[in-house]
Amino acid sequence: MSDVVEKTLTALPSLLSLDSHPGSAKLSSTSKLGNLIRGITELTSKHEEEKLIQHELLAIKEQVSSPNTTMMKELMVRSIYCEMLGYEASFSYIHAIKLAQQGTVLEKRVGYLAVSLFLNESHELLLLLVNTVLKDLQSTNLIEVCMALTVVSQMFPKDMIPAILPLVEEKLNHPKEIIRRKAVLALYKFYLIAPNQVQHIHNKFRKALCDKDPGVMTASLHIYLQMIQENPEAYKDLTPSFVTILKQVVGGKLPMDFNYHTVPAPWLQIQLLRILSLLGKNDQSTSEVMYEVLDESLQRAEMNHNITYAILYECVKCIYTIHPKSDLLEKAAKCIGNFVLSPKINLKYLGLKALTYVVQQDPKLALQHQMTIIECLDHPDLIIKRETLELLFRITNGQNVTVIVEKMLEFLCISEDDHTTIDLVGKVAELAEKYPLKYNEWFIETMNTVFSLGGDMMQPDIPNSFLKLLSEGFDSVEEDRKLRLFAVNSYIPLLRGEPGKLPQRFLQVISWVLGEYSHLREDLEPAEVLSLLAKLLDMKNSSSETKSWVLMAMTKLCKGGADASVTQEVSETYSSSLDTVLRQRAHELQYLSQDPELRARVLPRGSCGNFAFVSEALAAGAAPYKPPHQRQEELDQSKALSLEPYGLSLPISMSSCSITDRQSPTLLSMSSGLSGDTLKLDGIKRVWGREGYLAQREPVEEAAQVEVPSPIQSPGRQGEGDSLHSQTPTQTPTPEPEQEKQQLASSLFVGLASQSSVSLMGKSEPMPQRFRRKAKGQGLGSSFIANEQISSSLISPPSAVDNLLCNNLLDSNNASELAEQTSQLSQSLTTANGTCHAEAELTESDTKGCNPALRRDNCVVAAGPGPHNDPGRLTEVCLDSYLPAELSGLSHSEIAPLCANQSLNLSACHVQKEDSLILVVFIMNSSESAIQQIPAGEVTSYSVAVGQYSLTVKRPAVHVEVVGTVSYQLPAGTSQSLQFSYKVPLTSFIRPFVVSTEEYGTMWLSFSHDTKQNLTLINDNQEPLTATLNALKKKLQLHVVEVIGMEGIVACRLLQDLPCLMHCRVNAGWLAVWLRSPVPDLPDCLIYHCQRALQSL
Amino acid sequence: MIKAILIFNNHGKPRLSKFYEHYNEDTEQQIIRETFHLVSKRDENVCNFLEGGMLIGGSDYKLIYRHYATLYFVFCVDSSESELGILDLIQVFVETLDKCFENVCELDLIFHVDKVHNILAEMVMGGMVLETNMNEIITQVDAQNKMEKSEFFPFFSFSLSLYRRLSFSLPGRTGRHRQKNVSYCHV
Repeated sequence: MSDVVEKTLTALPSLLSLDSHPGSAKLSSTSKLGNLIRGITELTSKHEEEKLIQHELLAIKEQVSSPNTTMMKELMVRSIYCEMLGYEASFSYIHAIKLAQQGTVLEKRVGYLAVSLFLNESHELLLLLVNTVLKDLQSTNLIEVCMALTVVSQMFPKDMIPAILPLVEEKLNHPKEIIRRKAVLALYKFYLIAPNQVQHIHNKFRKALCDKDPGVMTASLHIYLQMIQENPEAYKDLTPSFVTILKQVVGGKLPMDFNYHTVPAPWLQIQLLRILSLLGKNDQSTSEVMYEVLDESLQRAEMNHNITYAILYECVKCIYTIHPKSDLLEKAAKCIGNFVLSPKINLKYLGLKALTYVVQQDPKLALQHQMTIIECLDHPDLIIKRETLELLFRITNGQNVTVIVEKMLEFLCISEDDHTTIDLVGKVAELAEKYPLKYNEWFIETMNTVFSLGGDMMQPDIPNSFLKLLSEGFDSVEEDRKLRLFAVNSYIPLLRGEPGKLPQRFLQVISWVLGEYSHLREDLEPAEVLSLLAKLLDMKNSSSETKSWVLMAMTKLCKGGADASVTQEVSETYSSSLDTVLRQRAHELQYLSQDPELRARVLPRGSCGNFAFVSEALAAGAAPYKPPHQRQEELDQSKALSLEPYGLSLPISMSSCSITDRQSPTLLSMSSGLSGDTLKLDGIKRVWGREGYLAQREPVEEAAQVEVPSPIQSPGRQGEGDSLHSQTPTQTPTPEPEQEKQQLASSLFVGLASQSSVSLMGKSEPMPQRFRRKAKGQGLGSSFIANEQISSSLISPPSAVDNLLCNNLLDSNNASELAEQTSQLSQSLTTANGTCHAEAELTESDTKGCNPALRRDNCVVAAGPGPHNDPGRLTEVCLDSYLPAELSGLSHSEIAPLCANQSLNLSACHVQKEDSLILVVFIMNSSESAIQQIPAGEVTSYSVAVGQYSLTVKRPAVHVEVVGTVSYQLPAGTSQSLQFSYKVPLTSFIRPFVVSTEEYGTMWLSFSHDTKQNLTLINDNQEPLTATLNALKKKLQLHVVEVIGMEGIVACRLLQDLPCLMHCRVNAGWLAVWLRSPVPDLPDCLIYHCQRALQSL
Repeated sequence: MIKAILIFNNHGKPRLSKFYEHYNEDTEQQIIRETFHLVSKRDENVCNFLEGGMLIGGSDYKLIYRHYATLYFVFCVDSSESELGILDLIQVFVETLDKCFENVCELDLIFHVDKVHNILAEMVMGGMVLETNMNEIITQVDAQNKMEKSEFFPFFSFSLSLYRRLSFSLPGRTGRHRQKNVSYCHV
């Protein structure tokens, strides 16, 4: 308050003077401005303001032209004020120039200011200023030089640049830093408006870059940014210089004056990072020079101020622009996470922008932040919402297109901004046209919404290309017919309703479609269509363009007869229209409707696509027509937008599976990023290709080309292999809105993951680590086997031992890891002849062990139709007793049949030991004959051999799948093999982990992988936390370390060595769970099982 | 590049407009109106970036603004400027104004349009950021002002809101100002 009082006191004299001298002539000059402003603030209407200002302008005009005016400066300020309000004061322009020419330094300054505000570079009066500028540039008064340079950089007549160029160049050597700096910017301005005039001084720019004053160097960066943008190749040699500069800046080598909130020269850093990203783009060697400094920048920028985020943002963008380096990318990705997850809305916005920027290279990131993205979709800030849609637009694929388009249309309904509407309508149309075939009805409906929302603002090519698409159709005639029929069907009710509300463009589209295709709908009388169309003609707001479209449509439809009256009436009305086009159309209508024969010749049905003139035009040298998809492709390329999964990816046919769970985005993360070098594919056949099932072609030699067949893609095979159904994730017990979000997430991010394992930037650095799993040779030596003299029935011809191929196949939910993990299991079987040791590898392609081609190939020769006992019965009854003795005391899972053929029946179960998980495989000979194992041993008829294998897990997944092959030899000497797969839930590997609270604390901090989630609480008794934890403990074998109040800590480990810690807190009726582990994926997998466990209660 | 710098008050009255690219008079007024229309309907707790004004716009352009008490400071920039960088530049601008006018309020901007322009000219030259250091800017402006004889400040019975100090936090000086802001909040 004191402040205002102070100011009012200072103002008192003027107030007093105002009171004592009411005559306006005696007022001081400044108070006239005050009067004017006060007058304006008191006004209530625009009209009054106009009157007042006009009056004011008249007064100024009068005074300004009086020869001895002493208050030019004040008059100028008043003119500036009037101009700012939008009233032209052109009479004062010349006076402003005069003031700049002749006034004292102070008056000059106002004069220059007025000139720079009033005039533009093409204004003719500006020529009068050139001399003044010349004079001032040569002045010894620094302030005058500065003023001249400022006005030059604001505007200067292009033709006059040569006149002052030498003077400005000269200023580059001026001793004063501020002059040099302004001269650099003035030259930059010249470069912008007349680049060829400053070409000879490029080396002077270099000198400016090396100026000893950092301010001048900063100014010169503007020039370099521009020039490098235009031609990066020419400036590659400067890269080390820029890197050195940035290094020095980041290292704090600049004077303290350049710090802003303790950050050294942030704007300079931003500028440099932009330059570096331009230089490093698509250039590995140049990029390599800058990795180090980028890394340093990332680290130095501590998150404490807005401006450091600005630097980080540029840094991240730069890292994703230049040639990729994996550890930098990792850091940058983390950084993007900081932005996206930030509560500060500005940072969130930038985070989304960054995601949009990088998502094509690294779709995984979008997956990581999917929940945040979903939240942003519902954000109250429209800008954030829009940015999110932009991001979604980039990740659209065939599967999520409907959801994304729906979201966009939702936004269109609330958006008021024309620019946004136009932009978004274009995007929706682009998407709809890109994926029209799949969803005919959806396509038409979407386009209808686009037309009605986009109104008459949208780009004219949208309706055009829509019509083109309709008329040209696609490959299938039937599909085309359906599409057109659906369009017709959707338009009729619209016309019956209130067509007056539809935009003109839409009406035009409707009338064209009806004219061409309404005959497809058989129950629709042309007469009815004609009358509907005629209604459009009568509407007041129909433009004449629309009317001519309508008349054209009617011409196509009329057949004479019953329709004649309508057409007759219409053509009579419009044949006297003032609009010549309409008149023409009306006459056409009249004649053609009376002469059906002529009509049939002029407008043959269904020939809208075939125009003879096209070939004529082509012959005459016109550009050939490009079909929509080709244009689309070119469009994509030009935008550098790849909406298709990367080259190696899967054929998309996943829409059939329903996804409801939060796990589901990863459920679809089929691995397509095969790193061929880690896979051995000898003997593995490629069964699934881009076009679907490949009917037993030649075995594939090149590993890298093998497509991963996804179990989900081949529903036909589901039953064959294993219990896929059992792993279909069920609904998590989450609250309604939460659940909606998750559903939304899964529908939005579906298909994205198929790209996710493509290594960053499409570069093939092997991310996947090959993972080998060694199993300790587990003595099989059960007395039973020895007694029965049954040898292992497994043979593998080359090694002559059993050959069990085990694959830690991730549960299909996490199958993205699939190709990366080829497990190797060595096993040993104690048989009568001693220990066999086998090592075998399974390669990626026969996941699920249900490679039909392979199996069929190998099993054709069966050992004759043996009498089939009921294998199921046998299994149920007897297999339990075959369980090795040392395992019989432990709890084991149900013995499940795996697979069978005429001669063998395979079953398996798993047994949990304290430090391991044992897989027991029962091999039962169900044939009459004994089956040989080489070198010796056989499984006699109707007997059982048992193998046991210890399993460990290196990379967790929700389910671990073991795939194996049993190779054996029939008495006839033919080698055979049988494949099987067995799925073990991760929970079987989980063991309680006993730690103290202190140990827990230290471990907690050291673990890096974490996940958070809300789980349902069990509410049936007084202590929901304890009850829930106990339930989890029982189901998942967790160890409850301690429960304090509303919080509880729990620990478990994956077999022996991989711990996972869990922190639970009761929060608003939910159990907020935070899991941490040193193992990636373990928290995610565990939380899944926790959900399942609580749900099943 | 910065295309335009606009300052207007809560009612859309322009207090300063500086265009670094040429538009004709009517377009300029339209831009000011449209910008005000876009900016004024935004809540306090939304982001400070706006995209897609039709006139100054296109997809390459964005508006970056800050709202201080009674005034909106809007920078229209193209994609070559860093969003957060400009946001802090506005802060530097306002802090500089505050230093030059000693607790700047809307009235200062009204009566000293020329002075404000001069300060701005030291920060942004022809659309390019020239100087971001507040002290440096003030030194330059002062050097020019030395020649200017001191003028007293004309005060009339303006609506009190015009005296409202532009509220922003300066490191180390926050306490005093915050108090003042409170007392004017409901004028």
